[in-house]
Amino acid sequence: MDTSGNTAAMPLLRMEGVSKRYGGVRALENAHLTVGTGRIHAILGENGAGKSTLIKVIAGVVEPDEGRMLLGGRTISFRSPADAAAAGIACVFQELSLIPDLSVADNIVISNPPRRFGMIDRVAQRRIAEEALSRAGAADIHPRALVRDLPLSRRQMVEIAKALARQPRILILDEATSALTASDVEKVFAVLKRLKAEGLAILYISHRMHEIAELADECTVFRNGRNVESYVAGTRTDGEVVEMMIGREVSTVFPAKPEPSPDPPVPILECRDLGWGERLRDISFSVGAGEVVGLGGLDGQGQRDLLLALFGVLRGTSGTLLVDGTPVAIASPSAARVAGIGMALIPEDRKTEGLMLPMTVRENLSFATLDRLTKRGMIDRDAEQAAIEEMVRLLGIKTAGLDIPVGALSGGNQQKVVIAKWLMRKPRIVLLNDPTRGIDVGTKQEIYQLLRRLADAGAAILFYSTDYDELIGCCDRVLVLYDGRIVRELQGEGLTEHALIASALNVEQADQLEGA
Amino acid sequence: MTEWRYWLNEQRGTLIGLAIFLMMFAVYIANHPAGLTANVAQTAANKGVLLAFVAMAQALVVITAGIDLSVGMIFILTNCLASWIVVGSPLATTAGVVGVLAAGMLCGAINGLLVIYGRLQPIVATIATGAVYFGIALLLRPFPGGSVNEDLADAVTGRLFGVVPASLVLLAAVVLLVWIPFRRSVAGRAAYAAGSSEPAAFMSGMPLRRGKFAAYTVAGLFAGMGGLFLTFFTYTGEAAYASGGGYTLWSIAAVVLGGVSLYGGRGSAVGAIFGAFAARTTGDMLFVFDVDPLWQPLLQGVVLLIAVSIGAAGLLRVRNRLEWFR
Repeated sequence: MDTSGNTAAMPLLRMEGVSKRYGGVRALENAHLTVGTGRIHAILGENGAGKSTLIKVIAGVVEPDEGRMLLGGRTISFRSPADAAAAGIACVFQELSLIPDLSVADNIVISNPPRRFGMIDRVAQRRIAEEALSRAGAADIHPRALVRDLPLSRRQMVEIAKALARQPRILILDEATSALTASDVEKVFAVLKRLKAEGLAILYISHRMHEIAELADECTVFRNGRNVESYVAGTRTDGEVVEMMIGREVSTVFPAKPEPSPDPPVPILECRDLGWGERLRDISFSVGAGEVVGLGGLDGQGQRDLLLALFGVLRGTSGTLLVDGTPVAIASPSAARVAGIGMALIPEDRKTEGLMLPMTVRENLSFATLDRLTKRGMIDRDAEQAAIEEMVRLLGIKTAGLDIPVGALSGGNQQKVVIAKWLMRKPRIVLLNDPTRGIDVGTKQEIYQLLRRLADAGAAILFYSTDYDELIGCCDRVLVLYDGRIVRELQGEGLTEHALIASALNVEQADQLEGA
Repeated sequence: MTEWRYWLNEQRGTLIGLAIFLMMFAVYIANHPAGLTANVAQTAANKGVLLAFVAMAQALVVITAGIDLSVGMIFILTNCLASWIVVGSPLATTAGVVGVLAAGMLCGAINGLLVIYGRLQPIVATIATGAVYFGIALLLRPFPGGSVNEDLADAVTGRLFGVVPASLVLLAAVVLLVWIPFRRSVAGRAAYAAGSSEPAAFMSGMPLRRGKFAAYTVAGLFAGMGGLFLTFFTYTGEAAYASGGGYTLWSIAAVVLGGVSLYGGRGSAVGAIFGAFAARTTGDMLFVFDVDPLWQPLLQGVVLLIAVSIGAAGLLRVRNRLEWFR
């Protein structure tokens, strides 16, 4: 190893002229990157800018076509993720790499389980897992819990613990905080700062500008597979950075909200005393025509369950649901979408609940509307084509064609397909479950504007987001949930980040519950 | 305090399998003219163990999210082979046993290689290899016959201390010496990971190929043990096509009864054993109720449907409909 002093600036990983093509698409072109020990290096860029490919090259998932990589001064080439792991590179992927049917502890030690007499030593495994979890600030997760039973935010903490358990020299976090709650993000940041002080090189990929401002030492911006610029953190304004990322100037991030009218809007969706076991209790609220109502609070406080309950996915709910003032019983998603109700749900996980990835863009777009596109029991191809073209235009979906698998699109465009699929039905009630998770700034803005346009056209919108900025910027009102109840309703001047966090934590009530 | 609940959650499928078996066996014994005598237990155990070995083999492959339609044929092939070579002096017999088990492993290993390196769909690959294995069995034994070391056969299918069926002790030993070490090895964990989420396992740098290869090979070993036991039970070898096909299909029913998910990643070979005994009891049940043989296949199907429904009853309690598809 190089011992020429000045360890803080010593480059640990260098990439020189790395390129990767998939068919005709240049995912990465002549990329250069230098990461030093004891530094946090942020990578910025829109989805499809080449960040994921860059990470996959470093992690040994794909082999580059050209260029070379140096680790500690030596040229390296990885044939598999296992090679990269052996070289001390650990990744926390955006697409979670956990095995759902194995326990948390099994997952944490998965690349190199402790062994005794040729068998996995379960006592040692448990100890390693507990250490890694507490190092990641997630000691609340039981090592024996099955990953499939954990909510998304906990899984992401397990993923981070898993990376730490490998004792890496280079740690890569790819959108690792996108599903985390605010308090988890703080814990993770504290861990990252400690690891940096211990001399790790950290590559940090995020769409959240304020996270990068807080963490990064250096930043590199990617666009269309090329690195546009590297700079020392804090030397560029947010506006300049965003311009570098998308290559055009951004006006305001959020569309203007309408002035609150003196008369309350006509309620389209009304919910009275909705309950579902222990998970949802006494939920009463209404959403009027033209309103965007947010659901806030820490992750896993019942927001997702509430949306599923409204959409007819949950069984055994209590309470009354009214649409246009008439009580309705919604027994399934197919009942929720009928003409009289006109409800649509944009689900949380587009890969499993939103899209059929191997099927074509065309098929995915028309799935929810097929009942209206049939003639004498057959799908009317002309009507389908017209409806699809309208949606592709309306949402600006970028695709090489309608007959390619939807899985080949970038994350942002996949999410647009999910939304378009439901907009095709012209829904009057739109439920959204964290629709901007892990998608790029440009697409996010388009989604915000779309929501406002839908509301202006008279739709009722109920919108759950883990991103507080989004709730504040997009919503007319925000209902904050805690432990399955609505604990606060924030609106107008009272809708601030401080108020959101304070009511999300609901400190007083938490104390009472522990006492009870 | 909560530790046992996590354990219960892990073992749920296996315990449901055990419960189904106990329920069915209780009905069977309650209506048996002789009740639960050592003799009745011995016969039930011997017949159950045959399917149990084949079901354990099936469970291993199903855990990797595959399916093995050749297990019944490996079972038949090793039966025919054993009826030639498991004979003579203790030394010759031992060599024969080793040979039979090695043949079973080889069959499983070939399946594994075709699936892993040939990238064939398990269902098609094993239909093809199953036909090949049966063909070899037929060449070995064009007509039923052969023999086996009868001292060993009687010991293995008899009783220990006059009460305990020896076959159950043998099965328990196999679980302890083969299944548990596999389950706790890195290869075993990789097999589960492959069935649960292959992309995630790959991204984690797991030895996927080794895990799947081990699962298929050990499956062949278990099927071979089944074939060997069949020889001890019948004293002969017979290339019976219908029997091989029947064992294959019943092994799939048995793993489902035993809580092994056909989607992969969940369940255990121990559950498959309980499932096998439960499946076996469906047939015996008709015997104690003295059903006209003409009606037996129909009614056995009905009883199996009821048993599978009991296992699926948990889905009725699901309160989030999305969980139906997990």
